Amino acid sequence: MLIPHPLLGLRDAEEFVYLGDASLMQRPDPDSPTALTDFCDYVFLRDNPAGVHRELWFHEQGDRSWLVVTRNTLTHEILGAELATDAARPTVTQEPSA
Amino acid sequence: MKFSALRVVKEALTGHKGWKPLWRNPQPQPDYDIVIVGGGGHGLATAYYLAKTFGKARIAVLEKGWIGSGNVGRNTTIVRSNYLLPGNQPFYEFSMKLWEGLEQELNFNAMVSQRGIINLFHTDAQRDAFRRRGNAMHLSGADAVLLDRDALRQKVPFLNYDNARFPIKGGLWQPRAGTARHDGVAWGYARGADMLGVDIIQNCEVTGFRINAGRVRGVETTRGYIGAAKVGVAVAGSSSRVMAMAGQRLPIESHVLQAFVSEGLKPVIPGVITFGAGHFYISQSDKGGLVFGGDIDGYNSYAQRGNLPVVEDVAQGGMALMPMIGRARLLRSWGGLVDMSMDGSPIIDRTAIDGLYLNGGWCYGGFKATPASGFAFAHLLATDRPHETATAYRLDRFATGHVIDERGAGAQPNLH
Ligand SMILES: Cc1cc2nc3c(=O)[nH]c(=O)nc-3n(C[C@H](O)[C@H](O)[C@H](O)COP(=O)(O)OP(=O)(O)OC[C@H]3O[C@@H](n4cnc5c(N)ncnc54)[C@H](O)[C@@H]3O)c2cc1C
Repeated sequence: MLIPHPLLGLRDAEEFVYLGDASLMQRPDPDSPTALTDFCDYVFLRDNPAGVHRELWFHEQGDRSWLVVTRNTLTHEILGAELATDAARPTVTQEPSA
Repeated sequence: MKFSALRVVKEALTGHKGWKPLWRNPQPQPDYDIVIVGGGGHGLATAYYLAKTFGKARIAVLEKGWIGSGNVGRNTTIVRSNYLLPGNQPFYEFSMKLWEGLEQELNFNAMVSQRGIINLFHTDAQRDAFRRRGNAMHLSGADAVLLDRDALRQKVPFLNYDNARFPIKGGLWQPRAGTARHDGVAWGYARGADMLGVDIIQNCEVTGFRINAGRVRGVETTRGYIGAAKVGVAVAGSSSRVMAMAGQRLPIESHVLQAFVSEGLKPVIPGVITFGAGHFYISQSDKGGLVFGGDIDGYNSYAQRGNLPVVEDVAQGGMALMPMIGRARLLRSWGGLVDMSMDGSPIIDRTAIDGLYLNGGWCYGGFKATPASGFAFAHLLATDRPHETATAYRLDRFATGHVIDERGAGAQPNLH
């Protein structure tokens, strides 16, 4: 598998370490009254879809950046990759243009 | 139809015209008392023990493909009971005992061969850990022998003992472990269940559950709706997919594990040898092929095929351990879909939905568990209580902190 690194171009997946579902970037709120079950679900439960999956890959043998890679788990086809810092940034709603 | 030596001779003399199909090909009934989803080793064994040991009737096994198309027909056939933790080891030893009587039980040649397994160690710390494991095995009634370097050299002289990175210091040997013919196990249980009246329905994919007031009423399938008082799901790598149809999220990721077979060679490898440090294990089939594998590829996958980096990694592990196999040619390789649980241990339990039961999370080690898993799942389905060797395999153990973490690596399915 070749991962289209947003800064370095196509890189062999072997250079990366895999972490799993990208939703791991959204930690539950520790102050929420349901924090205990929220954290348990966060640590242990996974959607584990057959099909499109957004997942975290760490470029350990490269620039050591974290990527969010979109990949089809049924075919291993890679549909895109972005820097995790970009993916994590809250989406800014555009001002409607005149 | 009973198998015996006499029967084989008789058939040989009469042109083999008397053999019959091993199981019927029935139409699904409108409803059953118990429906098992998944006709792999675990589903078939469950149906068999439900009918045989627990006296249940009106049972169906629904399989989306054909019997043996899943992991039961894709694994490297190793059976062993060399676990450490009290939640696991008695269960696997129970399974080992069932293996020892399986062929007589089923009147079917599953080619169970107790040729032994040796786990290699390379450091003093590993030796201590294996000694502890061996003691845990003894406590469960299993057999274990710690071999030092000289004793090991007697048994397997062909290893590279002086590898600079992983010099071999000895091994933990379980003489009663070994291999079994994986297809034979599926066929033997299918035939046994069929003879007891279980309907084995192939090409029948479960596409949904009918759930009413918190209770399962039946399953939607590609061959129509089938009612059921109880439904047991045993679909291995498809566990998350199938349980999602019942609105359940599981502590499981599906990964791909590859396996490899060489051309047939004269007998060279006496038992099973595992080289954990080098991510490599090997045995030799009765046909002579070297059967070997290594780690999972390490990313979520439902593709039932792996990629080249792991092929290379496994080949390197083999060369580091036993350079003598370097000129053997690879005949085939394939991948299977393994249900990696978050602590590396399985689940045999009820679910949040009444009448719906789950058997899954077998990771890459569920073949050896087939008899005990079927027995324990049948026990649960029949009595609503866990079997005494399977009380730790609860679905809620992740929430309560009672994880069974053999590797001590935490919640990381791609590490186990
Ligand atoms: C390459 C490889 C090597 C392995 N080596 C070993 C080993 O040496 N020792 C060991 O102990 N274990 C080993 N394992 C693990 C072992 O094979 C599995 O843990 C075990 O076979 C899983 O249980 P099963 O036999 O019931 O699974 P399967 O045979 O996979 O059965 C599950 C069945 O469910 C069916 N199914 C899925 N979805 C549906 C649906 N919606 N409706 C109906 N049916 C459905 C599938 O078609 C499949 O037939 C290995 C696995 C692999 C892939």
